[in-house]
Amino acid sequence: MPTVSVKRDLLFKALGRTYTDEEFDELCFEFGLELDEITSEKEIISKEQGNVKAEGASNVILYKIDVPANRYDLLCLEGLVRGLQVFKERIKAPVYKRVMPNGEIQKLIVTEETAKVRPFAVAAVLRNIKFTKDRYDSFIELQEKLHQNICRKRALVAIGTHDLDSLSGPFTYTAKRPSDIKFKPLNKTKEYTACELMNIYKTDNHLKHYLHIIENKPLYPVIYDSNGVVLSMPPIINGNHSKITVNTRNIFIECTGTDFTKAKIVLDIIVTMFSEYCQNQFTVEAAEVVFPNGKSNTFPELAYRKEMVRADLINKKVGIRETPENLAKLLTRMYLKSEVIGDGNQIEVEIPPTRADIMHACDIVEDAAIAYGYNNIQMTLPKTYTIANQFPLNKLTELLRHDLAAAGFTEALTFALCSKEDIADKLGLDISATNAVHISNPKTAEFQVARTTLLPGLLKTIAANRKMPLPLKLFEISDIVIKDSSKDVGAKNCRHLCAVHYNKNPGFEIIHGLLDRIMQLLDVPLGKDRGGYVIKASAGKQISRIQSSRTSFLPWAVC
Amino acid sequence: MADGPVAEQLLRRLEVADGGLDSAELATQLGVEHQAVVGAVKSLQALGEVIEAELRSTKRWELTTEGEEIAREGSHEARVFRSVPPEGLAQSELMHLPSGKVGFSKAMSNKWIRVDKSAANGPRVFRVVDKVEDEVQRRLQLVQGGQAEKLGEKERSELRKRKLLTEVSLKTYWVSKGSAFSTSVSKQETELSPEMISSGSWRDRSFKPYNFSACGVLPDSGHLHPLLKVRSQFRQIFLEMGFTEMQTDNFIESSFWNFDALFQPQQHPARDQHDTFFLQDPAEALQLPMDYVHRVKRAHAQGGYGSQGYKYSWRLDEARKNVLRTHTTAASARALYRLAKKKPFTPVKYFSIDRVFRNETLDATHLAEFHQIEGVVADHGLTLGHLMGILREFFSKLGITQLRFKPAYNPYTEPSMEVFSYHQGLKKWVEVGNSGLFRPEMLLPMGLPENVSVIAWGLSLERPTMIKYGINNIRELVGHKVNLQMVYDSPLCRLDVEPRPQRT
Repeated sequence: MPTVSVKRDLLFKALGRTYTDEEFDELCFEFGLELDEITSEKEIISKEQGNVKAEGASNVILYKIDVPANRYDLLCLEGLVRGLQVFKERIKAPVYKRVMPNGEIQKLIVTEETAKVRPFAVAAVLRNIKFTKDRYDSFIELQEKLHQNICRKRALVAIGTHDLDSLSGPFTYTAKRPSDIKFKPLNKTKEYTACELMNIYKTDNHLKHYLHIIENKPLYPVIYDSNGVVLSMPPIINGNHSKITVNTRNIFIECTGTDFTKAKIVLDIIVTMFSEYCQNQFTVEAAEVVFPNGKSNTFPELAYRKEMVRADLINKKVGIRETPENLAKLLTRMYLKSEVIGDGNQIEVEIPPTRADIMHACDIVEDAAIAYGYNNIQMTLPKTYTIANQFPLNKLTELLRHDLAAAGFTEALTFALCSKEDIADKLGLDISATNAVHISNPKTAEFQVARTTLLPGLLKTIAANRKMPLPLKLFEISDIVIKDSSKDVGAKNCRHLCAVHYNKNPGFEIIHGLLDRIMQLLDVPLGKDRGGYVIKASAGKQISRIQSSRTSFLPWAVC
Repeated sequence: MADGPVAEQLLRRLEVADGGLDSAELATQLGVEHQAVVGAVKSLQALGEVIEAELRSTKRWELTTEGEEIAREGSHEARVFRSVPPEGLAQSELMHLPSGKVGFSKAMSNKWIRVDKSAANGPRVFRVVDKVEDEVQRRLQLVQGGQAEKLGEKERSELRKRKLLTEVSLKTYWVSKGSAFSTSVSKQETELSPEMISSGSWRDRSFKPYNFSACGVLPDSGHLHPLLKVRSQFRQIFLEMGFTEMQTDNFIESSFWNFDALFQPQQHPARDQHDTFFLQDPAEALQLPMDYVHRVKRAHAQGGYGSQGYKYSWRLDEARKNVLRTHTTAASARALYRLAKKKPFTPVKYFSIDRVFRNETLDATHLAEFHQIEGVVADHGLTLGHLMGILREFFSKLGITQLRFKPAYNPYTEPSMEVFSYHQGLKKWVEVGNSGLFRPEMLLPMGLPENVSVIAWGLSLERPTMIKYGINNIRELVGHKVNLQMVYDSPLCRLDVEPRPQRT
């Protein structure tokens, strides 16, 4: 869940009123947000780097607010305020408009070289915008939040924002050999080739996470203006030339990526959020993107979609009885302008470009329920009549574990994942003989394989509890995993029972006795042949057959 | 009959004593070791209220071995003086006497003797006085007679410096009559024996009362693991509510069932290497239900079933990738798919409690594997109000009655709600579970009828267990580093009664 950090006083000013922390927490809860933390820059620095470093840092109170992962429209102060003000019916949801420029439309020409590395691009212009320091910071922060979330750390989409007045269109989005790309990147004073940059950024704590996206591609994506000035080398870095500042008035926004749908959503979110500060509020200047096939399209889409939902469907799904008019009002409070039409049971819902999360009627139903107030919904019990059954294997497990404890053994609970060594080398087995499933991305050796036997876990439990008085009598009934090509996924669980008796003297008869007891509980008689439960006299010793020829056991303890 | 001669004598003397007796004095009077008196005191104490004994610590001066010798033989200087005859003694001869060296210098400083260095045959020692008072011997004899208090502090410390005296502390008892004092006590019986019953002698015996403040002997027992005790209770609750247990014994799952079937898009962060364990071997699922797979693919890539879909190019190879299941909802999806195949549709209530795996950062409350509890109800016309009603019943069986619901986002439920309960200890609302109605994009491709809704909720087993048993570090609870003593000592799991206060 993304966390958005906003200055409290700025937030309250924008909301037109103040709240106590408790009141604001309550409002968040109702709306599906979470006031996660109340802090300040100073507090954050002092927590992370100590009091000395925090000296002189800002004391301004910050609210850290958790936002649902699909609500990209709430990832900045502007969006949060708009959402809450509409929810509280203090403002009407603004209507976002795409307008054609007075002069020539800005063009972004996509060449076919991009197809193999980062094929999609969209663009738009914010005209006559007025930043302040706080607005500018919010603008930068929103891009970062989008990059981290919907853009999947820039892999799916990367955003570049530029001072349009420093550039001259049309722009070209192409892909070139890294050695052929040379420009002065953001906040650097000299020019580097793309190869050099990739090296420099290997040690950059922020940028190093994005290098892998294009690192091994033969061609790197790059955007030029008509004079050959580099706007950006997505998804890594922008050029320094077109850098925006708090004084920038006209912004050219480009989003490039591998997911066209998401690139369009990201562009829509940025322009809807920040067109608020344009001279013509909530209007966005269109840009034209020319695709390699010669076709072209204008962006941002800013599409409004109409959905038809029946009022009784909403009532039925939520479990309430509201009139269609009331439901329409509830939805309107959720930024979904709605009205009753047709037979009086139909609600026409307008989905604005900010609400890409609305994919289905069920999303509209949820918003109606949120506006109604989850905690105002009458709780009822469904009349679903069913007869309960236990899963037979678990039923047997439950019965057996109680009787094993009654037999004086203590239940252990060990990990299903372990190292290869645990199930092989340490038990005197070769890993290839274990038939184990292997994990491809373990962070440590503890998670290399799924266990094929419960024994290592019990032995490790004993090793970790050597301070305990002897004897230790442990058991575990749990699943192990082995490969099995007859199963759809190629592996299966098997329920195992394992018990260990640990004392100064081996006391084989104790573990043997437990086996006898288990067989008694399972109603398995001593067999005459060697199948099943067999007790066989051998060299004057009573030997039980539990597992045949396991190298983990001493040779005379196995038959 | 009294318990031995010493105890008997103690009681007799106590009977006539004024107030009480000191155990050390009694030992001296009786001419026995002090330890014998202490033994008698203890055995009489065990009889109950016969005597009262108060432990006292007293300090006493005692002679050292050398001190005893001097008390007997006289001080070294006195012995030197006595060795010197009126005609004198050669100094060299005197020095060879046992007390010679120490005694000579002391006798000299006392001015009892003198040395004539000009005598023929070397220096010679002569008496100066006729008679001496051996003060050291007298003082030591006083101490020996128990009259150390007659000596001044300075005198005692001088003797101690000469290592003739030493101070010892002595633990003695001040014994007085108890409320049930009697000189004719008999030893109380501790056990009732079959002989006493058959002979009837138990009627005349006195029995030692049980000591209820002592601990009993714990029985040899096996113990169930606390987390699994809580698991049993959750199973019980579901069964009481008529929920059928789902099959969940497959830790390995294909991405298809773990994600795609749940309408979780292929670029979702949960499908990242950083969050999910992928398999190297077997890396891919061998079989997928291809008809159903195509419906799922369409729902993701193009929409349908009333949905816009995610509009991306859905890939089969991504769906084939095997993972360690990240939630038991994968098993719920299989169960619902099986349910959808059965015609006509019959309503069901399902539950499961089993392990799930996350390739996440580990800390005091998070491990790479944990248990997930999940409940699912499928029926015609289920509502959000029904979900809340079931959750209220479920949580009230856990002893949680104050609930409230927060809108939330889950990829496969809509509407979704997080369940919060008021925590009396923390004095705030804490999240106790997550819930929602499964999305139509998940249910309709399975083939479930359109008017069937499926409500579901989930929570972890570890969190309520840690709260229940006051455990702060999850490693003490789950895995081989478990604290077995904690397992031995953990009480019954009764979820409907108040948890004990958190250990500090």
